[in-house]
Amino acid sequence: MSDNGEKSPLAVFREHCAKGELAYQVTKDGKPIYYPRIVAPGTGGPLTWKVSKGLGTVYATTTVFPRKGDPYDVSLIDLDEGFRMMSRVENIDPMKVTIGLRVKVRMIAATEKEPPYPVFDPVEAAR
Amino acid sequence: MTNLRGNVAIVGTAESDLGQVAPDMTPFDLMAQGTMRALDNCGLKLSDVDGYFCATAQSRMVAMAMCEYLGIQPKIFDSTQIGGSSFMAHVAHVQAAVAAGVCEVAVVAYGSTQRTVSRAASSSRDPIPHEDPYRPFMPSSAYAMAAARHMHQYGTTREQLAAVAVAARDWAKLNPVAFRREDLTIEEVLSAPMISYPFTVRDICLVTDGGGAIVLTTPERAKDLKLKPAYVLGTGEYISHNTITCMPDLTVSGAAYSGPIAYKKAGVGAKDIDVFELYDAFTINTLLFLEDLGVVKKGEGGAFVASGAIAPGGKVPVNTNGGGLSYCHPGMYGLFLLIEAARQIQGVCGDRQQKNVDLALAHGNGGVLSSQCTVILGSEETL
Repeated sequence: MSDNGEKSPLAVFREHCAKGELAYQVTKDGKPIYYPRIVAPGTGGPLTWKVSKGLGTVYATTTVFPRKGDPYDVSLIDLDEGFRMMSRVENIDPMKVTIGLRVKVRMIAATEKEPPYPVFDPVEAAR
Repeated sequence: MTNLRGNVAIVGTAESDLGQVAPDMTPFDLMAQGTMRALDNCGLKLSDVDGYFCATAQSRMVAMAMCEYLGIQPKIFDSTQIGGSSFMAHVAHVQAAVAAGVCEVAVVAYGSTQRTVSRAASSSRDPIPHEDPYRPFMPSSAYAMAAARHMHQYGTTREQLAAVAVAARDWAKLNPVAFRREDLTIEEVLSAPMISYPFTVRDICLVTDGGGAIVLTTPERAKDLKLKPAYVLGTGEYISHNTITCMPDLTVSGAAYSGPIAYKKAGVGAKDIDVFELYDAFTINTLLFLEDLGVVKKGEGGAFVASGAIAPGGKVPVNTNGGGLSYCHPGMYGLFLLIEAARQIQGVCGDRQQKNVDLALAHGNGGVLSSQCTVILGSEETL
Protein backbone atom coordinates (compact mmCIF):
# COMPACT_ATOMS: atom_id res chain seq x y z
CA MET A 1 0.00 0.00 0.00
CA SER A 2 1.28 3.44 -0.93
CA ASP A 3 2.05 5.72 2.02
CA ASN A 4 2.89 8.88 0.06
CA GLY A 5 -0.39 9.47 -1.76
CA GLU A 6 -2.28 12.72 -1.43
CA LYS A 7 -5.34 12.70 0.84
CA SER A 8 -8.58 12.73 -1.14
CA PRO A 9 -10.35 16.10 -1.30
CA LEU A 10 -13.50 14.41 -0.01
CA ALA A 11 -11.64 13.03 3.03
CA VAL A 12 -10.29 16.50 3.87
CA PHE A 13 -13.76 18.00 3.49
CA ARG A 14 -15.21 15.40 5.85
CA GLU A 15 -12.42 15.92 8.42
CA HIS A 16 -13.49 19.57 8.52
CA CYS A 17 -17.15 18.54 8.84
CA ALA A 18 -16.24 16.35 11.84
CA LYS A 19 -14.80 19.50 13.48
CA GLY A 20 -17.98 21.44 12.71
CA GLU A 21 -16.37 23.34 9.83
CA LEU A 22 -17.73 23.90 6.32
CA ALA A 23 -14.61 23.78 4.17
CA TYR A 24 -14.15 24.98 0.60
CA GLN A 25 -11.21 25.65 -1.67
CA VAL A 26 -9.81 28.72 -3.38
CA THR A 27 -7.64 29.11 -6.46
CA LYS A 28 -4.41 31.12 -6.55
CA ASP A 29 -6.52 34.11 -7.62
CA GLY A 30 -8.85 33.65 -4.67
CA LYS A 31 -11.76 32.22 -6.66
CA PRO A 32 -13.88 29.93 -4.44
CA ILE A 33 -14.37 26.35 -5.65
CA TYR A 34 -16.92 23.73 -4.59
CA TYR A 35 -17.13 20.64 -4.66
CA PRO A 36 -13.64 19.72 -3.39
CA ARG A 37 -11.14 18.81 -6.12
CA ILE A 38 -7.48 17.95 -6.68
CA VAL A 39 -6.93 20.82 -9.14
CA ALA A 40 -8.67 24.07 -10.04
CA PRO A 41 -11.21 23.78 -12.87
CA GLY A 42 -10.27 25.81 -15.94
CA THR A 43 -6.58 26.17 -15.12
CA GLY A 44 -5.49 22.94 -13.44
CA GLY A 45 -3.73 25.10 -10.86
CA PRO A 46 -3.35 24.47 -7.14
CA LEU A 47 -6.13 24.85 -4.58
CA THR A 48 -5.95 25.78 -0.90
CA TRP A 49 -8.50 25.03 1.79
CA LYS A 50 -10.51 27.63 3.68
CA VAL A 51 -13.30 27.47 6.24
CA SER A 52 -16.58 29.24 5.48
CA LYS A 53 -18.39 31.42 7.98
CA GLY A 54 -21.37 29.23 7.12
CA LEU A 55 -23.80 31.98 6.14
CA GLY A 56 -25.61 31.88 2.83
CA THR A 57 -28.74 32.53 0.77
CA VAL A 58 -31.07 30.02 -0.88
CA TYR A 59 -30.46 30.23 -4.67
CA ALA A 60 -32.95 27.54 -5.74
CA THR A 61 -35.20 25.13 -3.89
CA THR A 62 -37.54 22.18 -4.26
CA THR A 63 -39.53 20.00 -1.90
CA VAL A 64 -39.27 16.26 -2.51
CA PHE A 65 -42.43 14.22 -1.88
CA PRO A 66 -41.21 10.65 -1.33
CA ARG A 67 -43.54 7.67 -1.69
CA LYS A 68 -42.94 6.87 1.98
CA GLY A 69 -42.17 9.43 4.67
CA ASP A 70 -42.51 13.18 4.98
CA PRO A 71 -41.69 15.78 2.33
CA TYR A 72 -38.23 17.31 2.70
CA ASP A 73 -36.27 20.23 1.31
CA VAL A 74 -33.46 20.15 -1.25
CA SER A 75 -31.87 23.52 -1.98
CA LEU A 76 -28.90 25.10 -3.66
CA ILE A 77 -27.25 27.54 -1.26
CA ASP A 78 -25.03 30.45 -2.30
CA LEU A 79 -22.49 30.89 0.51
CA ASP A 80 -21.37 34.42 1.29
CA GLU A 81 -17.80 33.52 0.26
CA GLY A 82 -19.07 33.01 -3.30
CA PHE A 83 -19.49 29.27 -3.78
CA ARG A 84 -22.68 27.25 -4.29
CA MET A 85 -23.57 23.91 -2.72
CA MET A 86 -26.51 21.56 -2.49
CA SER A 87 -27.94 21.08 0.98
CA ARG A 88 -31.14 20.74 3.01
CA VAL A 89 -32.77 23.55 4.97
CA GLU A 90 -34.15 22.18 8.24
CA ASN A 91 -36.24 23.51 11.13
CA ILE A 92 -38.76 25.03 8.72
CA ASP A 93 -41.70 23.62 6.71
CA PRO A 94 -39.92 22.57 3.47
CA MET A 95 -42.62 24.28 1.39
CA LYS A 96 -41.80 27.54 3.20
CA VAL A 97 -38.15 27.52 2.09
CA THR A 98 -37.98 30.34 -0.44
CA ILE A 99 -35.36 31.67 -2.80
CA GLY A 100 -33.52 34.47 -1.01
CA LEU A 101 -33.93 32.96 2.48
CA ARG A 102 -30.86 33.58 4.68
CA VAL A 103 -29.49 30.38 6.18
CA LYS A 104 -26.71 29.23 8.50
CA VAL A 105 -24.79 25.95 8.37
CA ARG A 106 -25.08 23.18 10.98
CA MET A 107 -23.27 19.82 10.90
CA ILE A 108 -25.04 16.49 11.02
CA ALA A 109 -22.76 14.24 13.04
CA ALA A 110 -21.38 11.05 11.57
CA THR A 111 -23.28 7.81 12.14
CA GLU A 112 -22.25 4.22 11.47
CA LYS A 113 -23.98 4.45 8.11
CA GLU A 114 -23.08 7.96 7.00
CA PRO A 115 -20.15 10.40 7.29
CA PRO A 116 -20.82 13.88 8.72
CA TYR A 117 -22.39 16.42 6.35
CA PRO A 118 -23.60 20.05 6.43
CA VAL A 119 -27.24 21.15 6.50
CA PHE A 120 -28.68 24.64 7.00
CA ASP A 121 -31.20 26.36 9.26
CA PRO A 122 -32.99 29.64 8.61
CA VAL A 123 -30.91 32.40 10.20
CA GLU A 124 -33.83 33.38 12.45
CA ALA A 125 -34.20 29.83 13.82
CA ALA A 126 -30.42 29.48 14.24
CA ARG A 127 -30.13 32.39 16.65
CA MET B 1 -12.97 24.56 -39.94
CA THR B 2 -14.56 22.72 -42.86
CA ASN B 3 -18.24 23.45 -43.22
CA LEU B 4 -20.01 20.11 -43.23
CA ARG B 5 -23.40 21.64 -44.12
CA GLY B 6 -25.46 19.00 -45.88
CA ASN B 7 -22.64 16.41 -46.19
CA VAL B 8 -24.98 13.73 -44.81
CA ALA B 9 -28.74 13.23 -44.74
CA ILE B 10 -31.08 11.21 -42.59
CA VAL B 11 -32.65 8.84 -45.10
CA GLY B 12 -34.37 6.25 -42.92
CA THR B 13 -36.10 6.35 -39.55
CA ALA B 14 -37.84 3.79 -37.36
CA GLU B 15 -39.14 3.24 -33.89
CA SER B 16 -38.79 -0.18 -32.33
CA ASP B 17 -41.68 -1.52 -30.28
CA LEU B 18 -42.66 1.19 -27.80
CA GLY B 19 -44.53 1.55 -24.54
CA GLN B 20 -44.48 -1.75 -22.67
CA VAL B 21 -42.54 -4.24 -24.78
CA ALA B 22 -42.79 -8.05 -24.61
CA PRO B 23 -41.33 -9.81 -21.54
CA ASP B 24 -37.57 -10.48 -21.61
CA MET B 25 -37.00 -8.14 -24.55
CA THR B 26 -33.55 -6.52 -24.16
CA PRO B 27 -32.28 -3.06 -25.20
CA PHE B 28 -30.22 -4.88 -27.85
CA ASP B 29 -33.34 -6.55 -29.26
CA LEU B 30 -34.98 -3.13 -29.58
CA MET B 31 -31.91 -1.58 -31.21
CA ALA B 32 -31.72 -4.45 -33.71
CA GLN B 33 -35.43 -4.13 -34.43
CA GLY B 34 -35.05 -0.37 -34.92
CA THR B 35 -31.95 -0.79 -37.09
CA MET B 36 -33.59 -3.24 -39.50
CA ARG B 37 -36.84 -1.26 -39.66
CA ALA B 38 -34.90 1.96 -40.42
CA LEU B 39 -32.86 0.23 -43.14
CA ASP B 40 -36.07 -1.18 -44.65
CA ASN B 41 -37.60 2.27 -44.41
CA CYS B 42 -35.00 3.70 -46.81
CA GLY B 43 -34.13 0.62 -48.88
CA LEU B 44 -30.61 -0.06 -47.60
CA LYS B 45 -29.30 -3.40 -46.30
CA LEU B 46 -27.42 -4.35 -43.16
CA SER B 47 -24.39 -5.11 -45.34
CA ASP B 48 -24.37 -1.45 -46.46
CA VAL B 49 -23.76 -0.23 -42.89
CA ASP B 50 -20.14 0.79 -42.32
CA GLY B 51 -20.66 3.05 -39.28
CA TYR B 52 -22.60 2.16 -36.11
CA PHE B 53 -23.37 4.71 -33.40
CA CYS B 54 -25.44 3.84 -30.36
CA ALA B 55 -26.06 4.54 -26.69
CA THR B 56 -28.11 3.11 -23.87
CA ALA B 57 -28.04 3.42 -20.09
CA GLN B 58 -28.41 -0.35 -19.79
CA SER B 59 -25.07 -1.47 -21.25
CA ARG B 60 -21.52 -0.40 -20.51
CA MET B 61 -20.14 -1.36 -23.93
CA VAL B 62 -23.11 -1.13 -26.18
CA ALA B 63 -21.29 -0.68 -29.52
CA MET B 64 -19.56 -4.02 -28.96
CA ALA B 65 -22.81 -5.65 -27.96
CA MET B 66 -24.56 -4.40 -31.08
CA CYS B 67 -21.76 -5.30 -33.51
CA GLU B 68 -21.85 -8.86 -32.16
CA TYR B 69 -25.66 -9.02 -32.14
CA LEU B 70 -25.97 -7.77 -35.73
CA GLY B 71 -22.85 -9.58 -36.96
CA ILE B 72 -21.30 -6.46 -38.45
CA GLN B 73 -17.75 -5.10 -38.44
CA PRO B 74 -18.25 -1.40 -39.18
CA LYS B 75 -15.27 0.83 -40.00
CA ILE B 76 -16.29 3.16 -37.19
CA PHE B 77 -18.30 2.59 -34.05
CA ASP B 78 -19.11 5.04 -31.28
CA SER B 79 -21.07 4.82 -28.05
CA THR B 80 -20.65 8.37 -26.82
CA GLN B 81 -22.84 8.60 -23.72
CA ILE B 82 -23.93 12.08 -22.64
CA GLY B 83 -27.48 11.13 -21.72
CA GLY B 84 -30.49 12.06 -23.82
CA SER B 85 -28.57 14.25 -26.25
CA SER B 86 -26.10 11.45 -27.16
CA PHE B 87 -27.77 10.88 -30.51
CA MET B 88 -27.38 14.50 -31.61
CA ALA B 89 -23.67 14.15 -30.78
CA HIS B 90 -23.64 10.92 -32.79
CA VAL B 91 -25.05 12.80 -35.80
CA ALA B 92 -22.22 15.35 -35.48
CA HIS B 93 -19.73 12.48 -35.29
CA VAL B 94 -21.28 10.85 -38.37
CA GLN B 95 -20.77 14.11 -40.27
CA ALA B 96 -17.10 14.17 -39.28
CA ALA B 97 -16.59 10.49 -40.09
CA VAL B 98 -18.18 10.85 -43.53
CA ALA B 99 -16.17 14.01 -44.22
CA ALA B 100 -13.00 12.11 -43.30
CA GLY B 101 -13.94 9.30 -45.69
CA VAL B 102 -14.25 6.77 -42.88
CA CYS B 103 -17.81 5.62 -43.61
CA GLU B 104 -20.72 6.20 -45.99
CA VAL B 105 -23.75 4.56 -44.37
CA ALA B 106 -24.17 5.10 -40.64
CA VAL B 107 -26.82 3.92 -38.23
CA VAL B 108 -27.60 5.75 -34.98
CA ALA B 109 -29.56 3.50 -32.61
CA TYR B 110 -31.12 3.40 -29.16
CA GLY B 111 -33.00 0.91 -27.01
CA SER B 112 -34.32 0.78 -23.45
CA THR B 113 -36.55 -1.48 -21.42
CA GLN B 114 -36.77 0.88 -18.44
CA ARG B 115 -40.52 0.46 -17.98
CA THR B 116 -40.15 -3.32 -17.88
CA VAL B 117 -37.12 -3.49 -15.58
CA SER B 118 -37.78 -0.23 -13.61
CA ARG B 119 -36.02 3.11 -13.82
CA ALA B 120 -33.64 2.27 -10.99
CA ALA B 121 -32.54 -0.98 -12.62
CA SER B 122 -32.15 0.58 -16.07
CA SER B 123 -29.76 3.40 -15.26
CA SER B 124 -27.25 3.27 -12.46
CA ARG B 125 -26.21 6.70 -11.21
CA ASP B 126 -22.66 7.82 -10.49
CA PRO B 127 -22.09 8.49 -6.78
CA ILE B 128 -22.13 12.27 -6.16
CA PRO B 129 -20.72 12.85 -2.65
CA HIS B 130 -21.63 16.56 -2.68
CA GLU B 131 -25.30 15.87 -3.47
CA ASP B 132 -26.19 12.34 -2.34
CA PRO B 133 -26.61 13.08 1.40
CA TYR B 134 -29.56 15.36 0.59
CA ARG B 135 -31.49 12.68 -1.33
CA PRO B 136 -32.59 14.82 -4.29
CA PHE B 137 -35.08 12.83 -6.41
CA MET B 138 -32.95 12.88 -9.55
CA PRO B 139 -33.25 13.98 -12.19
CA SER B 140 -36.61 15.57 -11.28
CA SER B 141 -35.36 17.69 -8.36
CA ALA B 142 -32.67 19.34 -10.48
CA TYR B 143 -35.18 20.43 -13.11
CA ALA B 144 -37.64 21.40 -10.35
CA MET B 145 -35.06 23.82 -8.97
CA ALA B 146 -34.56 25.28 -12.44
CA ALA B 147 -38.33 25.77 -12.63
CA ALA B 148 -38.39 27.37 -9.16
CA ARG B 149 -35.66 29.76 -10.23
CA HIS B 150 -37.48 30.64 -13.48
CA MET B 151 -40.69 31.27 -11.50
CA HIS B 152 -38.76 33.47 -9.06
CA GLN B 153 -36.97 35.53 -11.69
CA TYR B 154 -39.66 35.85 -14.35
CA GLY B 155 -42.97 35.26 -12.59
CA THR B 156 -43.53 32.04 -14.52
CA THR B 157 -46.46 30.11 -13.04
CA ARG B 158 -47.29 26.44 -12.51
CA GLU B 159 -50.28 26.96 -14.83
CA GLN B 160 -47.93 28.12 -17.59
CA LEU B 161 -45.72 25.06 -17.08
CA ALA B 162 -48.82 22.86 -17.18
CA ALA B 163 -49.70 24.36 -20.58
CA VAL B 164 -46.60 22.63 -21.95
CA ALA B 165 -47.91 19.24 -20.80
CA VAL B 166 -51.37 19.94 -22.22
CA ALA B 167 -49.93 21.02 -25.60
CA ALA B 168 -47.84 17.85 -25.73
CA ARG B 169 -50.94 15.78 -24.98
CA ASP B 170 -52.92 17.49 -27.72
CA TRP B 171 -50.14 16.66 -30.21
CA ALA B 172 -50.06 13.05 -28.92
CA LYS B 173 -53.73 12.67 -29.82
CA LEU B 174 -52.62 13.03 -33.47
CA ASN B 175 -49.95 10.32 -33.12
CA PRO B 176 -51.33 6.76 -33.25
CA VAL B 177 -48.31 5.29 -31.41
CA ALA B 178 -48.30 7.84 -28.56
CA PHE B 179 -48.42 6.25 -25.09
CA ARG B 180 -50.91 8.72 -23.52
CA ARG B 181 -53.68 10.05 -25.74
CA GLU B 182 -56.58 10.69 -23.35
CA ASP B 183 -57.66 14.27 -22.56
CA LEU B 184 -55.48 16.26 -20.18
CA THR B 185 -56.34 19.64 -18.65
CA ILE B 186 -54.29 22.28 -16.85
CA GLU B 187 -56.23 21.49 -13.68
CA GLU B 188 -55.38 17.78 -13.96
CA VAL B 189 -51.69 18.56 -14.32
CA LEU B 190 -51.77 20.83 -11.24
CA SER B 191 -53.72 18.40 -9.06
CA ALA B 192 -51.73 15.26 -9.98
CA PRO B 193 -49.49 13.79 -7.22
CA MET B 194 -46.65 16.16 -6.30
CA ILE B 195 -43.20 14.66 -6.97
CA SER B 196 -40.66 17.47 -6.50
CA TYR B 197 -42.24 20.90 -6.14
CA PRO B 198 -43.29 22.61 -8.44
CA PHE B 199 -43.60 19.41 -10.49
CA THR B 200 -46.46 16.98 -10.28
CA VAL B 201 -46.16 13.66 -12.07
CA ARG B 202 -47.75 15.30 -15.14
CA ASP B 203 -44.91 17.84 -15.42
CA ILE B 204 -42.56 14.88 -15.80
CA CYS B 205 -41.89 12.70 -18.84
CA LEU B 206 -43.31 9.22 -19.24
CA VAL B 207 -41.45 6.09 -18.20
CA THR B 208 -41.74 3.77 -21.20
CA ASP B 209 -39.75 1.12 -23.02
CA GLY B 210 -38.66 1.81 -26.55
CA GLY B 211 -35.94 2.33 -29.07
CA GLY B 212 -35.30 3.03 -32.69
CA ALA B 213 -32.75 4.00 -35.29
CA ILE B 214 -31.96 6.46 -38.02
CA VAL B 215 -29.87 5.83 -41.12
CA LEU B 216 -27.59 8.53 -42.50
CA THR B 217 -25.67 8.60 -45.75
CA THR B 218 -24.09 10.90 -48.32
CA PRO B 219 -26.22 13.14 -50.60
CA GLU B 220 -25.09 11.03 -53.57
CA ARG B 221 -26.37 7.76 -52.10
CA ALA B 222 -29.43 9.47 -50.58
CA LYS B 223 -30.81 10.31 -54.04
CA ASP B 224 -31.58 6.69 -54.95
CA LEU B 225 -33.45 5.77 -51.77
CA LYS B 226 -37.16 5.46 -50.97
CA LEU B 227 -37.87 8.72 -49.14
CA LYS B 228 -36.90 12.39 -49.32
CA PRO B 229 -33.57 12.97 -47.55
CA ALA B 230 -33.46 15.24 -44.50
CA TYR B 231 -30.07 16.92 -44.82
CA VAL B 232 -28.00 17.70 -41.74
CA LEU B 233 -27.38 21.42 -42.13
CA GLY B 234 -25.79 22.18 -38.78
CA THR B 235 -25.03 20.77 -35.35
CA GLY B 236 -24.01 22.38 -32.06
CA GLU B 237 -22.83 20.66 -28.88
CA TYR B 238 -22.32 22.14 -25.44
CA ILE B 239 -21.69 20.77 -21.94
CA SER B 240 -22.10 23.34 -19.17
CA HIS B 241 -21.88 21.06 -16.11
CA ASN B 242 -22.53 17.55 -14.88
CA THR B 243 -24.18 18.02 -11.46
CA ILE B 244 -26.87 20.65 -10.92
CA THR B 245 -24.71 22.20 -8.16
CA CYS B 246 -22.31 23.38 -10.87
CA MET B 247 -24.82 24.75 -13.41
CA PRO B 248 -23.82 28.42 -13.74
CA ASP B 249 -27.36 29.85 -14.06
CA LEU B 250 -30.39 27.57 -13.63
CA THR B 251 -32.47 29.74 -15.97
CA VAL B 252 -30.05 29.57 -18.92
CA SER B 253 -29.29 26.17 -20.47
CA GLY B 254 -26.43 25.22 -22.75
CA ALA B 255 -28.94 25.47 -25.61
CA ALA B 256 -28.06 29.17 -25.56
CA TYR B 257 -24.64 28.05 -26.86
CA SER B 258 -25.41 24.92 -28.89
CA GLY B 259 -28.26 26.66 -30.72
CA PRO B 260 -26.25 29.59 -32.12
CA ILE B 261 -23.44 27.20 -33.18
CA ALA B 262 -25.96 25.07 -35.11
CA TYR B 263 -27.78 28.10 -36.59
CA LYS B 264 -24.48 29.56 -37.78
CA LYS B 265 -23.38 26.34 -39.48
CA ALA B 266 -26.82 25.95 -41.09
CA GLY B 267 -26.96 29.61 -42.12
CA VAL B 268 -30.46 30.02 -40.69
CA GLY B 269 -32.09 31.57 -37.62
CA ALA B 270 -34.87 30.67 -35.20
CA LYS B 271 -37.46 32.49 -37.33
CA ASP B 272 -36.70 30.25 -40.32
CA ILE B 273 -37.40 26.96 -38.53
CA ASP B 274 -40.72 25.31 -39.46
CA VAL B 275 -40.93 22.76 -36.62
CA PHE B 276 -39.11 22.45 -33.30
CA GLU B 277 -38.57 19.10 -31.59
CA LEU B 278 -37.32 20.00 -28.09
CA TYR B 279 -36.36 17.50 -25.40
CA ASP B 280 -39.26 17.81 -22.93
CA ALA B 281 -38.16 15.61 -20.05
CA PHE B 282 -39.96 18.15 -17.84
CA THR B 283 -42.32 20.99 -18.62
CA ILE B 284 -39.64 23.59 -17.77
CA ASN B 285 -37.39 22.18 -20.52
CA THR B 286 -39.65 23.34 -23.32
CA LEU B 287 -39.73 26.87 -21.86
CA LEU B 288 -35.97 27.05 -21.40
CA PHE B 289 -35.24 25.75 -24.89
CA LEU B 290 -37.77 28.05 -26.60
CA GLU B 291 -35.96 30.94 -24.89
CA ASP B 292 -32.40 29.70 -25.30
CA LEU B 293 -32.91 28.76 -28.96
CA GLY B 294 -34.19 32.27 -29.70
CA VAL B 295 -37.89 31.58 -30.36
CA VAL B 296 -38.85 33.99 -27.56
CA LYS B 297 -36.89 36.31 -25.29
CA LYS B 298 -35.59 35.06 -21.93
CA GLY B 299 -38.39 35.10 -19.39
CA GLU B 300 -41.20 35.22 -21.97
CA GLY B 301 -41.55 31.44 -22.41
CA GLY B 302 -44.33 31.08 -19.84
CA ALA B 303 -46.71 33.56 -21.43
CA PHE B 304 -45.83 32.19 -24.87
CA VAL B 305 -46.78 28.58 -24.12
CA ALA B 306 -49.88 29.63 -22.16
CA SER B 307 -51.13 31.46 -25.27
CA GLY B 308 -51.45 28.15 -27.15
CA ALA B 309 -48.56 29.02 -29.46
CA ILE B 310 -46.93 25.58 -29.30
CA ALA B 311 -50.10 23.46 -29.38
CA PRO B 312 -51.63 22.02 -32.58
CA GLY B 313 -52.79 24.99 -34.69
CA GLY B 314 -50.46 27.38 -32.82
CA LYS B 315 -47.94 29.60 -34.56
CA VAL B 316 -44.85 27.54 -33.67
CA PRO B 317 -45.29 23.75 -33.91
CA VAL B 318 -43.32 22.21 -31.02
CA ASN B 319 -42.99 18.48 -30.23
CA THR B 320 -45.37 17.40 -32.94
CA ASN B 321 -45.14 13.73 -31.92
CA GLY B 322 -46.48 14.39 -28.40
CA GLY B 323 -43.00 14.60 -26.88
CA GLY B 324 -41.44 12.84 -23.95
CA LEU B 325 -44.42 14.02 -21.91
CA SER B 326 -47.06 12.07 -23.87
CA TYR B 327 -45.59 10.08 -26.81
CA CYS B 328 -42.77 8.04 -25.32
CA HIS B 329 -39.78 8.49 -23.06
CA PRO B 330 -37.60 5.42 -22.72
CA GLY B 331 -34.92 7.11 -20.59
CA MET B 332 -32.76 8.79 -23.25
CA TYR B 333 -35.24 10.35 -25.62
CA GLY B 334 -33.02 12.32 -28.02
CA LEU B 335 -33.19 9.87 -30.91
CA PHE B 336 -36.98 10.28 -31.15
CA LEU B 337 -36.58 14.03 -31.69
CA LEU B 338 -34.32 13.35 -34.67
CA ILE B 339 -36.81 10.77 -35.99
CA GLU B 340 -39.72 13.23 -35.81
CA ALA B 341 -37.73 16.16 -37.24
CA ALA B 342 -36.60 14.04 -40.21
CA ARG B 343 -40.12 12.71 -40.78
CA GLN B 344 -41.63 16.20 -40.79
CA ILE B 345 -39.21 17.08 -43.60
CA GLN B 346 -39.97 13.81 -45.39
CA GLY B 347 -43.69 14.60 -45.13
CA VAL B 348 -44.68 11.23 -43.66
CA CYS B 349 -46.29 12.32 -40.36
CA GLY B 350 -49.95 11.68 -41.17
CA ASP B 351 -52.47 13.68 -39.13
CA ARG B 352 -49.77 15.72 -37.43
CA GLN B 353 -47.80 16.52 -40.58
CA GLN B 354 -47.10 20.26 -40.85
CA LYS B 355 -47.34 21.92 -44.26
CA ASN B 356 -44.22 22.80 -46.26
CA VAL B 357 -41.60 21.81 -43.70
CA ASP B 358 -38.20 22.72 -45.09
CA LEU B 359 -36.33 23.31 -41.82
CA ALA B 360 -36.69 21.27 -38.63
CA LEU B 361 -34.73 21.64 -35.42
CA ALA B 362 -34.13 18.75 -33.01
CA HIS B 363 -32.70 19.74 -29.64
CA GLY B 364 -31.38 17.11 -27.25
CA ASN B 365 -30.78 17.43 -23.52
CA GLY B 366 -28.82 15.11 -21.25
CA GLY B 367 -28.19 14.67 -17.55
CA VAL B 368 -29.60 17.50 -15.45
CA LEU B 369 -29.68 20.18 -18.18
CA SER B 370 -26.01 19.21 -18.55
CA SER B 371 -25.39 18.35 -22.20
CA GLN B 372 -27.21 20.31 -24.88
CA CYS B 373 -26.96 19.37 -28.55
CA THR B 374 -28.85 20.93 -31.44
CA VAL B 375 -29.30 19.48 -34.93
CA ILE B 376 -30.87 21.43 -37.80
CA LEU B 377 -32.28 19.41 -40.69
CA GLY B 378 -33.32 20.74 -44.08
CA SER B 379 -35.07 19.61 -47.25
CA GLU B 380 -33.30 19.53 -50.61
CA GLU B 381 -34.60 23.09 -51.23
CA THR B 382 -32.46 24.40 -48.36
CA LEU B 383 -29.15 23.09 -49.73
